[in-house]
Amino acid sequence: MEHWFTDIAQALVNWLMGLGLSAGWADFVLLIVQWLCIVMIVTINVIILIWLERKVSGFIQLRLGPNRLGPYGAFQTIADAIKLLTKEDIIPSRTDKWIFMTAPLFFIVVSVMLYAVIPMGDGMQVVDFNVGLLYFISIGSLSTICLLMAGWGSNNKWSMLGAMRAVAQMISYEIPLAISLLGVVMIAGSLRLSDIVVAQGNIWFVLLQPIAFITYFIAATAELNRGPFDMPEAEQELTAGAYTEYTGMRWALFFLAEYTNLVAVSALCATMFFGGWQGPGLPSWLWIIIKTYLIMLVFMWMKWTFPRIRMDHLMSFSWKILLPVSLANLVLTGFGLEFFKWMGWW
Amino acid sequence: MDISLADLAFIILAGFTLLTALGVVLFKNIVHSAIMLVFSFLGVAGIYFTMHAGFLGLVQILVYAGAISVLIIFAIMLVMNQDPEKTNLPSPNIPNIMAGTYLTILLVGALVGSIWFTSFPEKVAPVSGDELGLLTGLMLGDYVIPLELAALLLLVAVVGAIILARGAEHK
Repeated sequence: MEHWFTDIAQALVNWLMGLGLSAGWADFVLLIVQWLCIVMIVTINVIILIWLERKVSGFIQLRLGPNRLGPYGAFQTIADAIKLLTKEDIIPSRTDKWIFMTAPLFFIVVSVMLYAVIPMGDGMQVVDFNVGLLYFISIGSLSTICLLMAGWGSNNKWSMLGAMRAVAQMISYEIPLAISLLGVVMIAGSLRLSDIVVAQGNIWFVLLQPIAFITYFIAATAELNRGPFDMPEAEQELTAGAYTEYTGMRWALFFLAEYTNLVAVSALCATMFFGGWQGPGLPSWLWIIIKTYLIMLVFMWMKWTFPRIRMDHLMSFSWKILLPVSLANLVLTGFGLEFFKWMGWW
Repeated sequence: MDISLADLAFIILAGFTLLTALGVVLFKNIVHSAIMLVFSFLGVAGIYFTMHAGFLGLVQILVYAGAISVLIIFAIMLVMNQDPEKTNLPSPNIPNIMAGTYLTILLVGALVGSIWFTSFPEKVAPVSGDELGLLTGLMLGDYVIPLELAALLLLVAVVGAIILARGAEHK
């Protein structure tokens, strides 16, 4: 069971080489197949996630949640997805058409690109990049542009305000996010995500870097624009922020991308702090799924229990608390590493 | 003709970069130009990747495509108070057009000349192994003082920007 997926990939490459393709082209075809698999997993996963989110919010708010279609309402999201697919694609007449139409596409492309470096099992990485973590952070920073495009293209004050808030928030929280991950990088001594997983063979980094984990978790929540940091959407004041003018499938693409980002950030959290795919008994790809889902449940728990905080509080929290704390953690990590080396424990 | 995958990738990326760069100049709406600039930055980052300079490519994405372009778009949105379809028209002013033409000819001439007269080595051995470690060693070892000076310069710029934004009466 452990090597199912790596065996399939190897068999595919062997078959293509048998057809007379060179090794480079065979790898290229494999890359496209892996890409399609990721897109498929992401789309199917989001159906489960939306159902889970509604069930969790129902549980927390003492409601039932969806319970009519199928067992425990499990088919509700499938029905919703079909509804969204068949809806009319409305493009308001005063929008900046090209920007309005392409913004959701770029947003989903950027979100799917995040998965290229996440180790989804032992040797199950699309690209084992030597600066994988930096790749994740820099590709993640591109999603601000997509939200800005959506807000600008909609030509609507709610959309523009939502986009402005999203950009301000995402740029501010990117810095503590990156700095908190640096502590882990210093201990592991590598930016390659598979190295970071292997470095956690004896002890999970959440135990060595608890402050970094907390700052990462808060900053990631803000990066995802999820509650309690969902000021960019803030339904009561901005209707739906940057997504106000979007309908049907284009709106659904934004939704899909948000959940895709949620999975990616949770998987990165599992990789950086909870030992990635390592675990006893079960195959590695199952471990990362279990860990990712547990982390996502915590994200949902936070969203439905904390009230939304004010925009100025949000910004000053990032710059005045989160950033100094993560910097202090970085300094502490440096001293700790030197101390351990000096004592000869490392 | 046998084209390898690396050559094909370079041709596609170079074409993409040039087309988007042309878009920056030719689009009449300056917001569209700014978004084309983002794609142009991404194309350059892609070319870095094909040259096995992954770190440089990612920094290009993080700094230029992710941060500086947002700054540019914000600046455009803040100062724009006219019809966006007419914000990036060619200048009607003859001296401006002349100056632009001369500058373009000069730059293209310098570029072509420098490529023409440089004797490029036939084959350069790629850096084997840990190019990231090599780069860090140079940046934080031999060139640590220039790096810190650049950081200091940025700090001064940030402090200056805050003073300008808050105004003098807050002293």
